[in-house]
Amino acid sequence: MWAFIHKLGSPKWFYGISAKLQPWFWAAAGLLIITGSLWGLAFAPADYQQGNSFRIIYVHVPAAFLAQSIFIAMAVSGLVFMVWKIKVADMAAAVMAPLGAAMTFVALFSGAVWGVPTWGTWWMWDARLTSMLILLFLYLGVIALRGAFTSRDSASRAASVLAMVGVINIPIIKYSVDWWYTLHQPASFTLTSRPAMPTEMWLPLVIMVLGFYSFFIALTLMRTRSEILRREANKHWVQELVTGQAVKAPAEEAR
Amino acid sequence: MLAVKATLVRDLTLLLRRRGEVLNPLVFFALVITLFPIAISPDPELLAVIAPGLLWVAALLAALLSLDSLFRSDYDDGSLEQLLLAPQPLAALSLAKVAVHWLLTGLPLALMAPLLGIMLALPAGSYAVLALSLALGTASLSLIGAIGAALTVGLARGGVLLSLLVLPLYIPVLIFGAGAVQAAIFGEGVLAHLAILGALLAASLMLAPWAIAASLRISING
Amino acid sequence: MAFDSFSEFLAMGGHAPYVWSAWGVTALLLLATVWHARVEQRQLLKGLKRRARRQNSTRGTAQ
Repeated sequence: MWAFIHKLGSPKWFYGISAKLQPWFWAAAGLLIITGSLWGLAFAPADYQQGNSFRIIYVHVPAAFLAQSIFIAMAVSGLVFMVWKIKVADMAAAVMAPLGAAMTFVALFSGAVWGVPTWGTWWMWDARLTSMLILLFLYLGVIALRGAFTSRDSASRAASVLAMVGVINIPIIKYSVDWWYTLHQPASFTLTSRPAMPTEMWLPLVIMVLGFYSFFIALTLMRTRSEILRREANKHWVQELVTGQAVKAPAEEAR
Repeated sequence: MLAVKATLVRDLTLLLRRRGEVLNPLVFFALVITLFPIAISPDPELLAVIAPGLLWVAALLAALLSLDSLFRSDYDDGSLEQLLLAPQPLAALSLAKVAVHWLLTGLPLALMAPLLGIMLALPAGSYAVLALSLALGTASLSLIGAIGAALTVGLARGGVLLSLLVLPLYIPVLIFGAGAVQAAIFGEGVLAHLAILGALLAASLMLAPWAIAASLRISING
Repeated sequence: MAFDSFSEFLAMGGHAPYVWSAWGVTALLLLATVWHARVEQRQLLKGLKRRARRQNSTRGTAQ
């Protein structure tokens, strides 16, 4: 079991296996997102109260779910890195952060735009949007902190600590903000309870959420592979991979 | 235990010698409060409405400003490294340092706040809650802020980054702190808010020292 | 189909600017992240190849 985990942590092994996994996740992402988009935009019935503007839900909710999930994934990767010293975990955490921030921005933008026909305003300080905004700041903080250190190891450990501190705070922040603002409509879709929407509206949403998650995995695999190449550039296997020929170790190369 | 007490005494002595450093956050607090009637309106009715939030935000910012120097002078002269090498748990020693910071920053801010409340026409019946909520809240703010201070103490311009890192984490304390004062004005729910502030403090007391210690190690070794 | 014609689909019952700007920004960001990841990968591989060529050409000579 531990051997498997440490094997998972070997950059070279990860580079190999992710090459095989990547295409599947890209295919799934493309298929699910296109299907979900067409279904949600053209085939799902319009909402009785909000009309066609409700279709924004098909990008807003998946983006919001991803925004939160990616932060958690980032914190877990940071924990794995700090406890078991698995470098690939830190590489994954480093590449996840910008996508998480982008998804948070998408959730904010789509949420704000949705607010115009719904509430007549470009910005509403309600619980959901406010929590998303704070999450964006948390992401920016982690990204900024990682970039501020000159030593990569210090940067990795600092970013891991901050991500873990942040992830503990996220439920506290959500609870606090929820308590404070009461205007936002109740959550329309949770994993454990029956949604308040009819199936024709709810199914494309599930498809979009799955599509977004596949996209996240595919992109993270791809960028982690680049990060591996970047950090392991001096290793023989990388040089062999890049030049396509066996590297002859010269006599004076130290082991 | 002796080492913790020694750290407490040392930090208290050092900070008390630098009177300016202790007074700065208080003057900042007063100045910021002064800015708002000037920028908005001197109308007491309007000020009374925004007073709880204003007082809390200004106190929070004053506390934030003083965080940067929490570890910096010790980092600069090498005594922080000595602290890391000490046999006592770094978490306990960090807690001692944060306690001093609160005693000389948070607590004075909390005690001064009612005076500024008068200037903002804060309604009667909320002054005690103002001081109490700030006393409880600034303790959490010192603990949480110290994590950020520890992470950034080794960085060249860590001060600005410190604010970016710490402010989102401050928001729950702000919500319940200002909320407590609002509740006191409108007559109900004060105890609930203060209880949650207490819970946040308890959680910070349990978790923050470890994060501070880990962060200090990262900054020194970097 | 929830719409009777393509032009109706585009109009989104009057909510066109909102729906299409939200979807547009989303699509833009998703595509931009993919594009950036591919450029990153390509540039990395190019740089590594260049480095390897330089190193191989100097190998065997005194460093």
